[in-house]
Amino acid sequence: MAHTYAPFPYVAPPGLNAPEPRHKVVIIGAGPVGLVLALDLARRGTPSVLLEAGDAVATGSRAMSWSRRSLEIFDRLGIADKVLEKGVPWSVGRVCHGDDEIFSFDLAEGSGDRMPPFLNLQQYHVEHFLTDRALADTLIDLRFRNRVTGIDPDADGVQVTIRTPDGSYMLAADYAVACDGARSTVRAMLDLDFEGELFEERFLIADIEMEGDLPSERWFWFEPGFHDGQSALLHRQADNIYRIDLQLGPHADPKDESRPEKVIPRIEQVIGPDFELDWVSVYSFQCRRLGEFVHGRVIFAGDSAHLIPPFGARGANDGLQDADNLGWKLAAVLDGRAPPSLIDSYNRERVQAADENIRQSSRATRFMGPANGVERLFRDQILALARKAPFARDWVNSGRLSTPCIYATTGPDDPRLPAISRPGAVAPDAPQGAGWLLAALGRDAMLLAINCDAPNVADLPVLPVEANPAVVARYLGRAGRALYLVRPDQVIAARWVEADARQIARALAALWEGRA
Amino acid sequence: MNLIDTPNIEDPDDFLAEFLAAHRGLTEAQSHALNAQLLLILANHIGDPAVLRAALALARQR
Repeated sequence: MAHTYAPFPYVAPPGLNAPEPRHKVVIIGAGPVGLVLALDLARRGTPSVLLEAGDAVATGSRAMSWSRRSLEIFDRLGIADKVLEKGVPWSVGRVCHGDDEIFSFDLAEGSGDRMPPFLNLQQYHVEHFLTDRALADTLIDLRFRNRVTGIDPDADGVQVTIRTPDGSYMLAADYAVACDGARSTVRAMLDLDFEGELFEERFLIADIEMEGDLPSERWFWFEPGFHDGQSALLHRQADNIYRIDLQLGPHADPKDESRPEKVIPRIEQVIGPDFELDWVSVYSFQCRRLGEFVHGRVIFAGDSAHLIPPFGARGANDGLQDADNLGWKLAAVLDGRAPPSLIDSYNRERVQAADENIRQSSRATRFMGPANGVERLFRDQILALARKAPFARDWVNSGRLSTPCIYATTGPDDPRLPAISRPGAVAPDAPQGAGWLLAALGRDAMLLAINCDAPNVADLPVLPVEANPAVVARYLGRAGRALYLVRPDQVIAARWVEADARQIARALAALWEGRA
Repeated sequence: MNLIDTPNIEDPDDFLAEFLAAHRGLTEAQSHALNAQLLLILANHIGDPAVLRAALALARQR
């Protein structure tokens, strides 16, 4: 059944009648990024006002492939069980050229993780789970049909003007975070421009509903017979809804291509006639970002800060990691626990992540829509070679799937320890007793002690970790013992085979100051 | 490892003849395709990015 969009209730905000007390954080946009940020702040005891211009969840599936890291974030925010129950986990991808499968891949690696590598679930379902959670949280003041029409930052705060069905009002906050998407009004009001590349390539995306039991796998076609030399992608989602992405080429007219008379015959060629069309959209490939994500007291997160073509699931997953990176920093600065310079590290780290996403996505876009001449020659010959030689499969680029960025850092490291858990990387999960390591990490910085006693460091809780095979593989390698300093966003800040309290305290100070 | 830019094939004439024989009877487009595949196969065989970069630079040199 197609999704029905019940509106969330509008409540007249207090600011319409009397000036509101100054707020700590105002978040603009209650999409996945804004909701995750508000929930993460609330977990850390920081209240926020969350302004949403609309009053319903997203139309159409939009972001629908959630990465393991996003699922781990959902787990901390208390919606992972619902997401896992409703969504379609997958790890196998199949890549076809013409009408033949040329190879498949499997992203699953043993039983070290609680979460699957990917899970498909329409954005509107995820937004529903997050919104329900936010509405139930007393630290989140979620206001629907509150549209920001003005923003006026100064040295230590922001004044925001908001229009509601009952008129306009203003509120003041220490920080504003713009999570208002690709067409961010905050970005426009501050006169900030994107830098980067706009590709000519256009894609049509459609949600279709059909009975049947296609496998829970990612299917990608280069030049399929059913779609005239262009690329196509098929994903299974929840509720018998499938998502189809079709490359349209540079000269397609988005309006014309979105007409059902045009869309339905195209999809019939992929899966036959028995389906219902739920939603269609046409988008162009963009690889662009703001020069800086932090502009004084206004911070950008998600699509308002960077636009990335969707192959590889790098849009919303990247946005959630923005929120994940920002939440603890904002909370610590507002609590006076960390200097404002900690916020600058958000800019540094998430710009690095956006650039990595942009680089990956630009390459994938080129591979899908090669320029005539040598680019097309080599693309085609890589596909031909991939049928007969395994090495060439690594060159086939149907989108490199999202993995967390490993932040550049000079945090203490020991070369004897495994690369997967080096400083700057998200702490890999591992079973612990009846539960999981990531779930045992708190909301604060933590010291993991594996096969050793941890030196006593002020304000640093210690988590003794059981050295089972997954922990040995991911955290010890050939070393017999180790200490890991983990940030509040579960990123590894430093690690040692042996360390004294002074060394650890120094790394902890660098963590709270946001030093690279 | 450095790029070998001194003679390294025992009988270069033999190799050139074999290489050209592989192209015999092909259209120009088919020849381009063969060359592209051959380059990808050899690049993968070499593997070492420093050697590949040096080879690229030598080829671009006028």
